[in-house]
Amino acid sequence: MTKRILNLLLPLCGIALALVAWWAASRAVPDLPSPARTWEESKLYIVEPLTKRGETDQGILLLAYYSLVRVAQGFLLGIAIATPIGFLLGVSSTLTRMFDPLMQVLRPISPLAWLPLGLVLFQKSEPAALFAIAVCSMWPTVINTMLGVRAIPQDYWNVARVLRLSRVTTFTKIIVPATLPYMFTGYRLSLGIAWLVIVASEMLTGTPGVGGFLWQEYNSLVYAHILLAIITIGVVGFALDRLMGFAEAKLRAV
Amino acid sequence: MAFIEVRGVHKSFATNAPVRHVLRDVSLDVERGEFVSVVGAMGSGKSTLLSLLAGLTMPDRGTIAIGGEPVTGVHRHAAFVFQNYSLLPWFTALENVRLAVEAAFPALTGHEQRARARDALAKVGLGNALHRRPRQLSGGMRQRVAIARAVATEPQVLFLDDPFGALDALTRETLQQELAGLGATTDRPVTTVMITNSVEEAILLSDRIVPIMAGPSLDARGAANRAERAPATLGTPIPVELRRPRSIAQLAHDEQATHVRAHVVAMLTASPGRLRTHATEPAVSTPVLHTIAKEMQ
Repeated sequence: MTKRILNLLLPLCGIALALVAWWAASRAVPDLPSPARTWEESKLYIVEPLTKRGETDQGILLLAYYSLVRVAQGFLLGIAIATPIGFLLGVSSTLTRMFDPLMQVLRPISPLAWLPLGLVLFQKSEPAALFAIAVCSMWPTVINTMLGVRAIPQDYWNVARVLRLSRVTTFTKIIVPATLPYMFTGYRLSLGIAWLVIVASEMLTGTPGVGGFLWQEYNSLVYAHILLAIITIGVVGFALDRLMGFAEAKLRAV
Repeated sequence: MAFIEVRGVHKSFATNAPVRHVLRDVSLDVERGEFVSVVGAMGSGKSTLLSLLAGLTMPDRGTIAIGGEPVTGVHRHAAFVFQNYSLLPWFTALENVRLAVEAAFPALTGHEQRARARDALAKVGLGNALHRRPRQLSGGMRQRVAIARAVATEPQVLFLDDPFGALDALTRETLQQELAGLGATTDRPVTTVMITNSVEEAILLSDRIVPIMAGPSLDARGAANRAERAPATLGTPIPVELRRPRSIAQLAHDEQATHVRAHVVAMLTASPGRLRTHATEPAVSTPVLHTIAKEMQ
């Protein structure tokens, strides 16, 4: 019982301390709104989270929703490309040797670098954003799927051989189920990256969403809304990770 | 011509230098419907022999034929039972067996495949555990599923890789009896090759026992001395002409069983390789042979 209270109380203490630090910082930096002022100026967005007052003036959930839709599209595109690549690299060491250096070079490239290339390729901001999200978020899935295939115990390969399973059956009944937990870890990491990229790409392209809102409010000197956007990004990212973690745990329990 | 014919087979592994010679000039005949056990200590090369028969690995020299056809891969009418069960954890018992049935009888409808898998599981006493996953089953039950998976495909050849090695003594005896019973009830001849380190198990189940001797066993210097390990050869097969059904209790007092047991143990313990390693340093395999020798008394 006391443990449960502590589990609730300690995080609240942490948040309280952070608020104090924020308040202290706002006293030192005049442009930084205090927690109270931020709440005052953001209240409308939070208590009416789904109201659309204008193209750029919308409730916070509505803005988060636009971002989430874009993230979902980019993420799905990313893993749809990454998963088969991961399987191919997992089963073929020749392909791994061929593409590993390339992968190591592409992986650390920032979304800010991919986005202009996307704009050049697709001419429009929306597909450019999806391109940046997909390219940046696919790596954890590629690598985890590849490792998952390599980690399949020899026993399972033996089963496939002695039962004389066809290639397709071996893939669907053995390789995929054996790799699934690894794949999901990859998906979880990929989704985290996709959410990081969305803010950057919305800021650069000015599309409506949490990132777009953040940049626009900065330009309109409404600094309280910057903080609102930052907190929203954090909370949504946390929720996404928890959701994927939950799905992953469900999967491992099978 | 024998159903399974092994002629002058050599096998060595070169994955880590120095090259390990595992089998030397191994020849063996197994008649159709016969149950042959290859008995030897751990690390004697018997698993390698079974992999060769099963077509999982290829010999360096020599030939292996099943039913007159040279073995080039896994035989289409062969089934396996592994020591570590090798069930797929994401499938239920029924799905595990069904996967084998599906691969063996692709022409059957899904319903027929399921019925066949269900029958096989009922035969090993798992009729009410069809929908449990391997992790919800005990070791003995898992191995029953593996046996059901093997017999459900109606194999002509059955390869048993120390099938009861991972089980506790009591479960092992029960399953041995059940396997003996299963062999007696099938109307088709199933040629079976089993490898084991239990002489008792071999006597209970086999028509003939083939000792495998002087295998590559680690000596006191361990890996450093690997290259000097003698490759294994097969001893003269020892017929087990005991009436069936046999039971472990009956075998304990049977005069002929005692005779066979003594014969097998004598061959295993008198192998030149074992004497050679024993003369210089005590080999790791010696305790295993002692266990086998103890079973004799």
